[in-house]
Amino acid sequence: MLKHHLFWPLTVLFALLLFNFLYSPDFFSIQIRDGHLYGSLIDILYYGTPLILVSLGMTLVIATKGIDLSVGSVMAISGTMACLIISKGDNQSLLSLVLIAVGVSLVLALILGLWNGLLVSVIGIQPIIATLILMVAGRGIAQLIADGQIITLSSTTYKYIGSGALLMLPFSIFITLAVLIIASMLTRKTALGLFIESVGGNPTASRLAGIRARAVMLAVYMFCGLCAGIAGLIVTSNVSSADGNNAGLWYELDAILAVVIGGTSLNGGRFYLTGTLIGALIIQTLTTTIYMVGVSPETTLVVKAFVVLIVCLIQSESFRKTFSQLWASRKYRTGEEVKRHA
Amino acid sequence: MNEPQPLLQMTGIYKVFPGVKALTNVNFRLFAGEVHALMGENGAGKSTLIKVLTGVYSLEQGNVELDNETIKLHSPQEAQEIGINTVYQEVNLCPNLSVAENIYIGREPRRFGRILWKQMNEGASKLLLERLHLEIDVTRPLHAYSVAIQQLIAIARALNIKSKILILDEPTSSLDKTEVKELFAVMNKLKLEGLGIVFVTHFLDQVYEITDRITILRNGELVGEYMTNDLPRIELVSRMIGKELHVLADLPRLTSNERLQDASIMLKAEGIGRSGTIEPLDLYIRKGEIVGLAGLLGSGRTELARLLFGADRSDYDYYSIDGSEDKIHSPRQAIDCGIAFCPENRKTEGIIDDLTVRENIILALQATRGWTKSITRKRQEEIADEYIKALNINPPNPEQLIRNLSGGNQQKVILARWLLTEPKLLILDEPTRGIDIGAKAEIQKLVLSLAQKGMSVLFISSELEEVIRVSDRVAVLRDRRKVKEMSNEEISQHNVMQAIAGG
Repeated sequence: MLKHHLFWPLTVLFALLLFNFLYSPDFFSIQIRDGHLYGSLIDILYYGTPLILVSLGMTLVIATKGIDLSVGSVMAISGTMACLIISKGDNQSLLSLVLIAVGVSLVLALILGLWNGLLVSVIGIQPIIATLILMVAGRGIAQLIADGQIITLSSTTYKYIGSGALLMLPFSIFITLAVLIIASMLTRKTALGLFIESVGGNPTASRLAGIRARAVMLAVYMFCGLCAGIAGLIVTSNVSSADGNNAGLWYELDAILAVVIGGTSLNGGRFYLTGTLIGALIIQTLTTTIYMVGVSPETTLVVKAFVVLIVCLIQSESFRKTFSQLWASRKYRTGEEVKRHA
Repeated sequence: MNEPQPLLQMTGIYKVFPGVKALTNVNFRLFAGEVHALMGENGAGKSTLIKVLTGVYSLEQGNVELDNETIKLHSPQEAQEIGINTVYQEVNLCPNLSVAENIYIGREPRRFGRILWKQMNEGASKLLLERLHLEIDVTRPLHAYSVAIQQLIAIARALNIKSKILILDEPTSSLDKTEVKELFAVMNKLKLEGLGIVFVTHFLDQVYEITDRITILRNGELVGEYMTNDLPRIELVSRMIGKELHVLADLPRLTSNERLQDASIMLKAEGIGRSGTIEPLDLYIRKGEIVGLAGLLGSGRTELARLLFGADRSDYDYYSIDGSEDKIHSPRQAIDCGIAFCPENRKTEGIIDDLTVRENIILALQATRGWTKSITRKRQEEIADEYIKALNINPPNPEQLIRNLSGGNQQKVILARWLLTEPKLLILDEPTRGIDIGAKAEIQKLVLSLAQKGMSVLFISSELEEVIRVSDRVAVLRDRRKVKEMSNEEISQHNVMQAIAGG
């Protein structure tokens, strides 16, 4: 069981939850108010949805030995685009208008993903540089779309995406669940997963085995763009406004972290979508915990960094080995001391 | 008897990997001033023993003594510090760094912390020229040079350190005759200087040419230690494989007379070539024919194979495969036309280390079916089991990660991958490189039986005997152009050699 790839991520998640429970016993309580479920756990899921989505896309990109730094910017662009289209309408809550806005933004997100994919797989730029271009430029594009303004909406229909409720649960949870299921089916029920792992493991050998490595890479970056696009819709819908400068800021870093905590190696190859899900939940729980404990805002990031460091150390096999050896030798020495005294 | 003390003594060495017993109670001695051959089939434990000796793997059980002092190694770094240096089978250097940097990495000449580049480059040039007679620009990146030269550079790097023991793991598998001779000259010189040299190879000729003593391993166990002069070849071979060896002798030397008389042309390539790589040439292969490509290293054998498979683009070509005209511009197209290619460089171009044996086997078939039509898990397992049995892949566990297999078994997995696609033309580039005699014979036999069933084969090997034994027709390459083609009775070691030499 110790060998299972989900063992350590789950352990960390449970440890965090346990800490929360000890700190504030009503952490696990869930109430029904106005026909909705309320509670810290629901909040973690709810606020975690954009990160989970972005991390799922990131997992597949990382599995091909790539990385996508532009996800935060893509979130901003897609969110801003949707808000812009809706804000032009006479009746902002019109369903067809919102659907068009959502459709256009998601297509745009796919195109941005395609752009990254082309730079990486056809032109052959290293992923970190290729996606850095859009990471930097993307914020500017979002500003251009919004003409430098923060667009605010009064569309109840659009607001449903990020803060509506279905079956007493936030609607965004269902969107995320659907993406997770689709991604799992696509990668595990078809051969796409094998191709991604193969391209990530050894691109040259994969090409010689007849795998269209370029197409796989394009698909993966497009999927990542799409996920970021959906996350952008959720984030902007939640606050009914689009701020090109701040929407999705620093998401790329949390997403990469979630993927790594979930057990997918930055060296490409094997990937674990459920691992990523747990990784993202760990990060969201951590964020919630830090707020709850009441760490002052200036030091929040320091505490977060510290906890993440510990999580990474626990997951590192060589660290665990060294640590347990140290522990064993320490015990041995104390044993000797006792003898000497006796 | 008053035997001299061994320089190195390893006793009772054990090493276990998940699912594999790699070494069981192995002893090994090495004397100063000798060349000691470490022999054994694939998976016999040679590489493992070396990795234990050099600190790559930690020692689980057993004792290692150097100069009568027990040593415990935790890293290759430590091994180097006490004078144990290794040149591995696959070159382990940094392709992006310059030749000089590769030689001096970690011990650059410095003054006040600043690297003395000039001194380093001059030192590297001098070292290569004096000890290996290799005159190259040491400031160019390593990847600019061929595998053979990279291998010599790796040896130079090992030589550079003041060492007591030099381990050469398959150093000659990618060297041509003159290069081997030069290497042996260097080895003899070092031997006289009192170095103990461990030499791992599959070439019997070389064992008898250079070594003083032989240790044989089989299935991770010690078979015995012998003086080279006291051990006849046939004894050596039969001890290595653990049975009398008739397999190789029994291989039929098939003549193409009756079998291929009215066979149709399977592949016809006209004007296939690429500037700077290989001169345009014509080549045809009939159905069920085995065409051997002979030539020295760097003569363009691999380059030709890559062009035929579309791994590199040909400048101009006219191609016809099984009657239909085609131009092949990508491996994918080649596979769709029924061509399969086992590349020379297994590690970087063949296997996908992260994946299991099963996944590696089905990869090419799955690629041709596209991502939507996935092969069911059950079918995958059936396929894997079938090929593991048919090709005698060891360990017979389809869920084992391929990186845990020995080189010969990895090669069999790659073969299985291609056989599964039922190709019309199979291109084998050095399929037996770094493989022991038993597996070699198995692969040769397999090739012959495939050809008899109608598969065309392009067989590339640097071992002349092997090419001659299996080929119906031999095309000889020299200096990147095709110089001769011969068939039937014409094929003989003498003729081929002459064509290669161009005399």
